[in-house]
Amino acid sequence: MRERLLGTIAHRLAILVYMAFALFPLFWLLKVSVTPPDLLYSEGVPMWPSRATLDNFSFVLQHTDFPKYFRNSVIVSGSTAIIVTLLASLAGYALSRFQFRGKPWIIVLMLLTQMFPLVMLVAPIFKMLSPLGLTNSLTGLVVVYVAFNVPFATFLMQSFFDGIPKDLEEAAMIDGATRFRAFRQIILPLTLPGIAATLGFVFTAAWSELLFALMLISGAASSTFPVGLLSFVSKFAVDFGQMMAAGVLALIPACLFFLLIQRYLVQGLTAGAVKG
Amino acid sequence: MASIDVTAIRKNYGSIAVLHGVDLAIRDGEFVVLVGPSGCGKSTLLRMIAGLEEITAGEIQIGGMRVNDLEPKDRDIAMVFQSYALYPHMTVAGNMSYSLRLRRAAKELIAGKVASAAATLGLENLLERRPRALSGGQRQRVAMGRAIVRAPKAFLFDEPLSNLDARLRETMRGEIKRLHQSLGATSIYVTHDQIEAMTLADRIVAMNAGLVQQVGSPLDLYDRPANLFVAGFIGSPAMNMFGGTYRAADSAFVAHDNTAIPLGRAYQCADGAPVTLGIRPEHVVVGGGQGAAAPVDLVEPTGFGTILHLRALGADLKAFTLERKTAQVGETTHVTLPPERLHLFDQSGARIA
Repeated sequence: MRERLLGTIAHRLAILVYMAFALFPLFWLLKVSVTPPDLLYSEGVPMWPSRATLDNFSFVLQHTDFPKYFRNSVIVSGSTAIIVTLLASLAGYALSRFQFRGKPWIIVLMLLTQMFPLVMLVAPIFKMLSPLGLTNSLTGLVVVYVAFNVPFATFLMQSFFDGIPKDLEEAAMIDGATRFRAFRQIILPLTLPGIAATLGFVFTAAWSELLFALMLISGAASSTFPVGLLSFVSKFAVDFGQMMAAGVLALIPACLFFLLIQRYLVQGLTAGAVKG
Repeated sequence: MASIDVTAIRKNYGSIAVLHGVDLAIRDGEFVVLVGPSGCGKSTLLRMIAGLEEITAGEIQIGGMRVNDLEPKDRDIAMVFQSYALYPHMTVAGNMSYSLRLRRAAKELIAGKVASAAATLGLENLLERRPRALSGGQRQRVAMGRAIVRAPKAFLFDEPLSNLDARLRETMRGEIKRLHQSLGATSIYVTHDQIEAMTLADRIVAMNAGLVQQVGSPLDLYDRPANLFVAGFIGSPAMNMFGGTYRAADSAFVAHDNTAIPLGRAYQCADGAPVTLGIRPEHVVVGGGQGAAAPVDLVEPTGFGTILHLRALGADLKAFTLERKTAQVGETTHVTLPPERLHLFDQSGARIA
């Protein structure tokens, strides 16, 4: 009894330590963002400033390009997430259900694209996009993000489809549905947790992507927010307060997004489909 | 309602042949059971009729129309799956009405059909439930309901009772039979359970290794199995088999231990040809002080009767009797094999006339 209690305490304590470690940077982000500039260096490193302010936020929103970066990021990440999830569900379904010529090769090719460090690919991609007029444009960025996220998302979706018994769409097809309708009305609703996971994964990946955003885009008009954050670093100083305020604002969509999809992430929708 | 004709159907998966040319004619309104051990191709044949597997060669007709190239949805058949395959995100009513909604049937018509199917199956109080809130037997019923709301040309059943416990299986078996009697729909039922096959079928199709072994009424297969496979597969406990030779002079079977069993009539068989003698356990007559001596190995009381494991004719012999007071282990009893109950098979396994 006593030992079990001790075990539970140790267990909870370990989780607590880990949580503190994982969440501390976020807390620090928030703390610096509400610290007035004059206190940032004068107070040492207290856990909370003696005087908190929202000036950094209002400055970032009113006097910098940050709202524009933010909008660009929403456009790029949102489109990437939607396009990738659409493509990946169709491709994942095909990989899960059909046998076709060249299937092993397609799988190998998709894995191959995941093998190279992106830094190696920046120059060739720039070379490809520039004659197409896709550098310095959000469209170009979406194209690149989609290309790099589709393989992994496809495998992710495939594993979700694999978990849904084939009998279900066969039953639907015998009931009078075409295969596509069975996919849309029976299989997709059951894959909502998988779709939510894929959307979330791709959205966050695109939201925080820096390398391509930095290399393919020049000029504030189509910069995304990770690039925009860098603009708070000038040659002589870093405006930490504003940078952190921008960072806190950038967290909001990701949080909202996961708040929206979390109910699908935890739900086991397929329960009761087949024997159990 | 429709007849179903299967002609020279073959199925290959790559280089592996699963069905080697199956012919089958199912009459309108008939209840046909495909039975055989797992891997014999019975489910594959059913799925080919449903349109879920491609046909390698041969032809399938439903109601006189060739359906080889028709999608499942255009074949107008209903199927009950072993796993039930209920749509988990739909209610019981939603599951049952899905096919009608796909056909854009009128709302009142759908409501009426669902209500009458639910009444037939005793699901009236469960219509708003989701499949996960149902027991196995209830799910099974919903799967049947999904099939009967449509009045399709034929019902296909793919081992629908295998996932139920023994007691429920018995109940559902009765319900399926009753349902067929009231609807009179052409039905094809796949099972590996020979009791289900015997009790449900108008005709049984016994399959093994991708070939039809025998087609006939349940009692046909039981009384006159066409070959050793059918003889061994139908009936429980299984038929006793003895190796030996045929003696034409006095028409007798000579076992390996030289015991001669009179066969009662002449068979179309050469003198001295190796043959297999078969007799069902329930036809072996035990005791009475006559016949061959048979030491008792094992006694299995089933309540309903007793299964005796004996040694006779140089082999193991099982006998089933309704009596309870029978031999003890270690005793020696006597067995007689009534000539009219004997089955004789040639070396290839085929029944000898």
